[in-house]
Amino acid sequence: MDGQVAIREVQKNYGSFKALDGVSLDIEPGEFVTLLGPSGSGKTTLLNVLAGFTRPDSGSVKMDGVEFLTLPPHKRDLGMVFQSYALFPHMSVLKNVGYPLKLRKVAKGEIDRRARAALDVVKMGHLADRDIGALSGGQRQRVALARAMVFEPKILLMDEPLSALDKNLREHMQIELKRLHDQLGTTTVYVTHDQREALTMSDRIAVINNGTLVQYDTPSRLYDHPVNRFVAEFIGESGFLPVEVREGRLTLFGEPVVSRDPWRGDTRAWMLVRPEKLAWREPEGPANRVDATVCEAIYQGDSFLLDLVLPDGGTIDVRCNPHTANIAIPSSGDKISFWISRDNTVLVEGEA
Amino acid sequence: MLNTPVTETQITHANRLWLYAVVTLVTIFLVVPCILVVPMSFSASEYLEFPPSELSLRWYRAFLGSPEWLGALWTSIKVAVPVTFIATALGTAAAWGLHRRFGLLFTLSRSLYMLPMLVPLILIAVGVFFVYARLGINGTIGGLIAAHTMLALPFVLIAVGNGLTSFDMNQHQVSRSLGASEFVAFFTVTLPQIRISVLSGAVFAFVTSFDEVVVALYISSGKNETLTRRMFSNIRDQVDPTVAAISSLLVSVVIIGMVLFLLLRKEEA
Repeated sequence: MDGQVAIREVQKNYGSFKALDGVSLDIEPGEFVTLLGPSGSGKTTLLNVLAGFTRPDSGSVKMDGVEFLTLPPHKRDLGMVFQSYALFPHMSVLKNVGYPLKLRKVAKGEIDRRARAALDVVKMGHLADRDIGALSGGQRQRVALARAMVFEPKILLMDEPLSALDKNLREHMQIELKRLHDQLGTTTVYVTHDQREALTMSDRIAVINNGTLVQYDTPSRLYDHPVNRFVAEFIGESGFLPVEVREGRLTLFGEPVVSRDPWRGDTRAWMLVRPEKLAWREPEGPANRVDATVCEAIYQGDSFLLDLVLPDGGTIDVRCNPHTANIAIPSSGDKISFWISRDNTVLVEGEA
Repeated sequence: MLNTPVTETQITHANRLWLYAVVTLVTIFLVVPCILVVPMSFSASEYLEFPPSELSLRWYRAFLGSPEWLGALWTSIKVAVPVTFIATALGTAAAWGLHRRFGLLFTLSRSLYMLPMLVPLILIAVGVFFVYARLGINGTIGGLIAAHTMLALPFVLIAVGNGLTSFDMNQHQVSRSLGASEFVAFFTVTLPQIRISVLSGAVFAFVTSFDEVVVALYISSGKNETLTRRMFSNIRDQVDPTVAAISSLLVSVVIIGMVLFLLLRKEEA
């Protein structure tokens, strides 16, 4: 299958600012890859390099073995969905979707047939003759998608396409986009700053920060085995406990740490706290115990957000459901303990 | 707005009388000089007079029956029409280029293109005269077209530049990504969306050339005399109401044109 992308050592500077600092990435045919990072991380720059709107200072991007960087945008044969949708207001829905086919000199009847088919795929066939101005945000989103895929491009690029939609519609569209991807099998590169969206949709996620690729992995590997504190913090709900490292021995608040993975760093480590992986009663088997004092317990409906004071005086916010944890409802001033079992212990490095 | 206030703070027509008075005065000062020539043009007298003591169409006949006047009108059209096309094309291209690029060079070139609007016309006229004297193109249609294009360019640049500020540049990018070359993207996506601005730029360009008299005084002469230049000489030399008849015709054409333009625009919106 076509649609294999090889990005090698792509560098892009704006003055002294390194927007992309030697990024290398392989995307397999048919894969759904998300570029995830905070704003200003370089993820959109990388997408624009793929699209041909930004010319990198150095590096190489190959598609199916052919150098891509020297091709102008209109010869790259990729479909792009913009955050603002960028539908053409002077054309009807059908004309918008037919536009890329018209550029490819497809016969008139064939254009209409294929445009209608693409609209059917995104469930917009019944609105083909509408004006763009008469569509809602979600409908525009679908039309933009139909237009980007109607000419069967080798790659689909999407730049935060759902960020303008409200939460319910966004979650609904995430699932639809994923289903559509499974159905069409087009290599897709998706940009978002929403980690949950990335986890929901992607085969693999490339976490980008400060213009560099921090980690490129499947959603579950990223969540369970983050390479550093940045990734752990960015993906999912997380808190961190300071781990002392002295001559290869790890201690947490003076107690030796039990961990499945060996630690190779030398000065400081962080133990990752994921609320759903904590035990609020002592588990069987080896575990790391933390004693804390409840500073504040905030009711949040399905759970409480506990603001805990740690033995070293630091604080940490942890979500806790007293019902499933089988403990009394916590209140300010309570002494409370939690455990992280050996298998759930994840240590990362990184700045505080 | 009501004649009797509904609440204590409601502003009534009576409260606004001062505003209506100001608006009326401004309108009078702006419009009357433009349309004063209309009654004057129907005068039967040998001289411009207001109000006309006797009505007639003799000055309209004088204009339409005079090969010199019609020749001058024809010259003006032969100049203004090419100026409209050239200035609109160049000005739109320049506006598009300047809109997409930033930096000192582009800021500088924008100021450079705007110069004809800022430099006193009389200086431009003298400058053009000297340059054309060197080139030997004084008194030619081509020379007039070139000079008027220079004068019209800033107007197109401003009109199209304004239109582009409300154009979503993603539209252009998405069209590129869907397979359109730079050129095709401009003509299929950008131009249709800024056409009103381009059209108003073209109207400005036409009017700039058609109305221009100062530069024409220097570089148009003899058989290539423009209408405005001939009107200017006529007023200076003899002041007969032919110019009033011509002006009235021009005012009517402009009003009809504006109404058509507004109707067209309304249909778009």
